[in-house]
Amino acid sequence: MAATIPWERVRKAGHTLTTPLDPDDYLRFLNPLWTSRELRGRVEKVVPETEDAATLVIRPGWGWRYRHRPGQYVGIGIQVDGKFQWRSYSVSSEPQRKGRTISITVRAMPEGKLSSHLVNGLEPGTILRLALPEGDFTLPDPPPPRMLFLVAGSGVTPVMSMLRTLDRRGTLDGPEAPDVVMHYSSPTPDRMIFREELEALAEKHDRLTLHQLHTDTDGMLELEHPEKGLDGICPDWRERETWACGPGPMLDAISEHFEKEGLEEQLHLERFQLKLGDQGGEGGTITFRNSGKSIEVDGATTVLEAGEEAGVGMPYGCRMGICHTCTLTLVEGTVRDLRSGDEFGQPNEPVQTCVTAAVGDCTLDI
Amino acid sequence: MAIADVKEYTHLSEEEVEQIGRELDAIRQEIEDSRGAADVAYINRMIKIQRGLATAGRVTMLAGTWGGRFAPKVEKPALVAGATFLGLAKILENMEIGHNVMHGQWDWMNDPEIHSSNWEWDTAQPAEQWKHSHNYIHHQFTNVLGHDNDIGYGILRMAREQKWHPYYLGQPVYNAMLATLFQWGVALHDLDLERIRKGEKDPKEMKRQLKQIFRKGRNQVLKDYVVYPALSGPRWKQVAVANATANLSRNLWSYVIIFCGHFPDGAMHFTEEELEDETRSEWYLRQILGAANFKGGPLLHIMSGNLGFQIEHHLFPDLPSNRYAEISVKVRALCEKYDIPYTTGPLHRQYGQALRTIIKLSVPNSWTTSNDPAPPERSDTANEPSRDRRRKSDAERQPRRAELGAWTRSPRERSHD
Repeated sequence: MAATIPWERVRKAGHTLTTPLDPDDYLRFLNPLWTSRELRGRVEKVVPETEDAATLVIRPGWGWRYRHRPGQYVGIGIQVDGKFQWRSYSVSSEPQRKGRTISITVRAMPEGKLSSHLVNGLEPGTILRLALPEGDFTLPDPPPPRMLFLVAGSGVTPVMSMLRTLDRRGTLDGPEAPDVVMHYSSPTPDRMIFREELEALAEKHDRLTLHQLHTDTDGMLELEHPEKGLDGICPDWRERETWACGPGPMLDAISEHFEKEGLEEQLHLERFQLKLGDQGGEGGTITFRNSGKSIEVDGATTVLEAGEEAGVGMPYGCRMGICHTCTLTLVEGTVRDLRSGDEFGQPNEPVQTCVTAAVGDCTLDI
Repeated sequence: MAIADVKEYTHLSEEEVEQIGRELDAIRQEIEDSRGAADVAYINRMIKIQRGLATAGRVTMLAGTWGGRFAPKVEKPALVAGATFLGLAKILENMEIGHNVMHGQWDWMNDPEIHSSNWEWDTAQPAEQWKHSHNYIHHQFTNVLGHDNDIGYGILRMAREQKWHPYYLGQPVYNAMLATLFQWGVALHDLDLERIRKGEKDPKEMKRQLKQIFRKGRNQVLKDYVVYPALSGPRWKQVAVANATANLSRNLWSYVIIFCGHFPDGAMHFTEEELEDETRSEWYLRQILGAANFKGGPLLHIMSGNLGFQIEHHLFPDLPSNRYAEISVKVRALCEKYDIPYTTGPLHRQYGQALRTIIKLSVPNSWTTSNDPAPPERSDTANEPSRDRRRKSDAERQPRRAELGAWTRSPRERSHD
């Protein structure tokens, strides 16, 4: 910290020269990474992983903190047709104290305009916007003695960050080492991101067991099947701390299975898509004050969707409650956070429109 | 002359007025749908040029004053060049970048660095107060007597309907002072000195606004008259003068451009009655009748923040300014089709007319004749009584209209302390 205080002072002194702007607003023309007003990163390398997935090695600019926890995700913002679009991706590189780069691994989704652009359209040197790491799908330190990872497709990325961390710290060797079982589903071996690295890790460490399932030929993982299911792959799964990451239906099945066994406490889930609606509001009429528009909605429609339907130019970013681009002031009424059920209804309270729904009539300042 | 009902004034049927509204909505839609990477490149290029000019101005002055110790001949040209660069940078920032960003013209990019909610411009007025006095009060109540505080800014008498008083004999002098100190006049505009004098202003709100103005003004003064001069050491005085020249040229230029927006002959005034039950289409019509364009080349339009397309700007305050030129072709055709006056002319003529009005209205109405085209002979518009110039508080006004476009309050404005 000692080194950062004079630096902050220098920048504060610089502000008197550049007011009302920041020195960063000028410095970014010398080097696009020399600004912390909005976090930026430069794509250093694009490493193809499979036919439709690639790892982006990104050099973050000023203001970045490298100490993400293994398993966390970062926001990536790029300008498409002039408009910034944001998505979140798990960091696949391990945290490094003296890091220079972070890596994210992206699979191009057939309908995903942004992911295809990230995989196929990015040249090294491209400047991206970044959002600091977030998320609770992380590896505790020290890790629990017995772990199970259930991943599918690009859901491997947060787990890869965890395994790399365990490997680099030497945690996977020795008598105290945790016992790790990983089950990885993918349509074909070719589509499997990090397959060679994972096989090498399993080879290197006795206490890491890797199961591969190629769903095109062998079918999906049937959790309850006595041989092909969890009991067959990992008979002691009930005693393990479990991390699961993959497509929505798979996570639904896993969480249902764990609940049936009364083991939901032991399960950590990472969903790439927000599952909203469980905590629905009551609905009502949402009025957009400045544009004078209003719309009647049910309790499962987010304020953002309602505004878009009403033709209001709603700001938005990640659409999953991460980037705060969509935050607006709630003038009147109450909204509920569809993830947590929390209610927001203070006068002039800022609310994230992409994850909240109306509880009765409300008015927003836009 | 002031208009009480735009529909009657323009001899248009209700159906025609609604049709004009639909056609203008269609123009807006077309621009909104076609905003894209080219527009982003435009605003980014403007910002880059502006910051380059500002840096060049400061550096040239510093180099000139220090270099002047060894080669005395370079100092003066360096100071002139530096002041020119800095003046251009300030003009570009205030007119084409700051004013337009704060209107929300670039909010659609979703870029927090170029956004109406947090843009702060290189002038004494705090952005938040500008977004109230200009984006809301002026743009919604454009040229409505007693509602739009920009009719003479509470200093000048700019409409014949405004009551004459011997105070106005000094109008040419006030005008010259306003032009010279324009940024400070603007800085105090939203405060509403008159309501403060009468003790009608909420003291909490007043304190908050004064604090903002003080902080912003102090930083601006420190930068131009303390910090940069100090960096030039013994030649501080020369740099302070050069910076003052840059500020002055920006003041004069923005004053001229802004006075060409609504004060040339042909830009109409309206009475309060027009505001009652005003439809979206009637609001559009009022914007066309109340604003005046000026003609010029692309460079003139950029340096004036595209306010030479004042009519288009008033119709679509939140569409990107670089598109106003193409919008104007369509708006003009629309005006011809429906025989609606569309006021425009060369810059010098437009400003000359504004200046003539300033001088004429410094004396009582009976001493002069109106230059308004074709004074109407109809009951709804003629012979309005003189009106007092008391300002309205927000509580006495209609709430903000949708036509003003995208608008976000500053975070500071959201926290009420």
